[in-house]
Amino acid sequence: MGVSSFNWAIALPEIALALAGVVILAGVVLQPKGEGFLPATVLSGAALLGCMVLVLVAPQGHGYAGTFVNDGFARFMKILVLAGALVAVVLGASYRTREQRTLPFEAPVLILFSTLGAMIMASSANLMTLFVGLELSSLSIYILCALERDNVLSSEAGLKYFILGSLASGLLLYGISLVYGFAGTMEYTGLIEAVRSAAIPPMGLVVGIVFVLVGLSFKLSVVPFHMWTPDVYQGAPTPVTAYMAGAPKFAAFALFLRVMAGPFGAVAPRWQILIETVSVLSMVYGAFAAIPQTNIKRLMAYSSIGHMGYALMGLAAASMAGLQATLVYLSAYLIMNAGTFGCIAAMRRNGREVNGIADLAGLGKTDPGMALALAIFMFSMVGAPPLAGFFGKFLVFAAAWQAGLYPLVAVGAAASIVGAYYYLRIVKVMYFDAPDQALDRPAPGLLLVSGGMGLATVLFIAVLGPILSFAHQAAIALVG
Amino acid sequence: MMAQLVFYIFTAVLLFSACMVITARNPVHSVLFLILTFFNASGLFLVAGAEFLAMLLVIVYVGAVAVLFLFVVMMLDVDFGQLREGFQKYAPLGGCVGGILFAELVLAFSHWEMAPSRAAPIAAPELTNTAALGGLIYTHYVLLFQACGLVLLVAMIGAITLTLREKATGRRQNITRQHARTRADTLEMLELDLGESVADRGGFLRPKSSYNEIAVPGSFGLVPETPTNEVASNKEKGA
Repeated sequence: MGVSSFNWAIALPEIALALAGVVILAGVVLQPKGEGFLPATVLSGAALLGCMVLVLVAPQGHGYAGTFVNDGFARFMKILVLAGALVAVVLGASYRTREQRTLPFEAPVLILFSTLGAMIMASSANLMTLFVGLELSSLSIYILCALERDNVLSSEAGLKYFILGSLASGLLLYGISLVYGFAGTMEYTGLIEAVRSAAIPPMGLVVGIVFVLVGLSFKLSVVPFHMWTPDVYQGAPTPVTAYMAGAPKFAAFALFLRVMAGPFGAVAPRWQILIETVSVLSMVYGAFAAIPQTNIKRLMAYSSIGHMGYALMGLAAASMAGLQATLVYLSAYLIMNAGTFGCIAAMRRNGREVNGIADLAGLGKTDPGMALALAIFMFSMVGAPPLAGFFGKFLVFAAAWQAGLYPLVAVGAAASIVGAYYYLRIVKVMYFDAPDQALDRPAPGLLLVSGGMGLATVLFIAVLGPILSFAHQAAIALVG
Repeated sequence: MMAQLVFYIFTAVLLFSACMVITARNPVHSVLFLILTFFNASGLFLVAGAEFLAMLLVIVYVGAVAVLFLFVVMMLDVDFGQLREGFQKYAPLGGCVGGILFAELVLAFSHWEMAPSRAAPIAAPELTNTAALGGLIYTHYVLLFQACGLVLLVAMIGAITLTLREKATGRRQNITRQHARTRADTLEMLELDLGESVADRGGFLRPKSSYNEIAVPGSFGLVPETPTNEVASNKEKGA
């Protein structure tokens, strides 16, 4: 194996991001105590932005001896992941106020490394790349969750996520080893060939695929692998929750789509029913379990479980249209999720963070701008036209309908209606409840995030064409 | 024949000690059994002809990881009795789930099939194990190797951010001041007759200067002298 045939340049964005992370870390450690956060944030943000440009110009193709691939799909996912991370870094900068200096300067650097792991996941062409990327991404998030050391909930979140995450990694690794035992290779190209060559997929391979599916489902937090989600979302610092609900989910989805549509695509009938089950359970559970919640971060956790269920519907359809629909759904989810967390991070009273839904009472009178933005996001999450969420949901339902998954569509529609109750309850609390004491004026960065994302949610229809064609190219790259 | 015998001996001891790891009452015994498990696993590697992996297992797992475990078990105040509290309660349920999973895996493994395209054995390369592994790890999979390095870096960042307390709680010395002290500053030597004690000479003699003089401000419950000094000492550390 010659080193010259490595096609080094295809991992240019990843290499640049890794170097940037190490340099930022080394530079900021030398700063006087307590003064490193702002430079680290600015530099990390700049690195993520620069990386986004690199992703667009990096050459495509296979490389690194079959461990790495850069195609239209990877590019789409990387842009999503980087955008999610950038929003989280901006949120982190504005979240840290004079009263609440809980986040250390490592936070943006860890977000950067986690993003790097997510990008490696999106570009994996080998089960080992998948695992290493996943571990890099997850390990950073475990630490990010526990960063507020003096907060019991934060430590609990970190520990819980770490222990359950390790278990899921173990399951994933075991599944990979079973698949390797069958195919004798871990490269996706070899796996495709091996899986196709078996007339009847043997039991060992199927068990391996199921284990891989379980491990990835855990990272996606879909039912029945969702137990950690509410506690971790609630306990983690808000910018970290915003990050967790975005970038790593996209990366896990990238893996899901790449692995299931690629190597295991030939045995789709074997796993399709599992995806359908998981999708139905997630949609229903996400809708019903969110109803009694009083904490908005917990509510968002259940909401994300439900949304992942809807997005999985596109995968369950196992068609080109389904993949495209899932990608559009994820783009819409990125926008409305980031905006919602921008609003949540802005919820402060007398300098202290508040997270109760009741704390939003009367926001329509005390802060009409933020109330409007939050209302837009909630309507978008419900799927009301012409907001971003509508198009995602519509395309996913259409793809599932075309694939003949009528029960799935029916359950999805029913879960949507139940979900509308708790999303619209927030709107009701904001506009019709008696105003409580007003919230503090949000930091400019948070206004930027929630305002920008609000605008993007409303104007999603204007960019729908380009996103659709981008998603179409990505789906073609995946299925070929 | 001989190889088979050795294999079964290693396997039997390995399984036994692995069971002992999770059943031993004393956590130190658990760690010691874990070390025995590692040794037997490395023996199995030797039987399989993977001498490099065998040595690696001993060096890395026995030499570093197991010793680290011992440190953790002995130095941290972990109440193992409390950890085992729910064991009786959840054992039946856990046993059921484990049993079912095990039965399923036995079913899966009993008819193990390899892909038809891959069933042929891989030809042995003209390299030693160590050279082949080196080529794979450092050349073939260089990207993954570097990514693993980043995973370790992240782990280090995590260990430091989550445990390093900026408020120092231990006794720390200001090394420069400590070095500047001479024996005459701190000690007073007395010649005592046989049977005579310091108390007879009028009581206990305190050292001329106390530990507090060389303690870092802020450590050992001392109030920092002035804020300017703190900044200065931080800058020294940074440089």
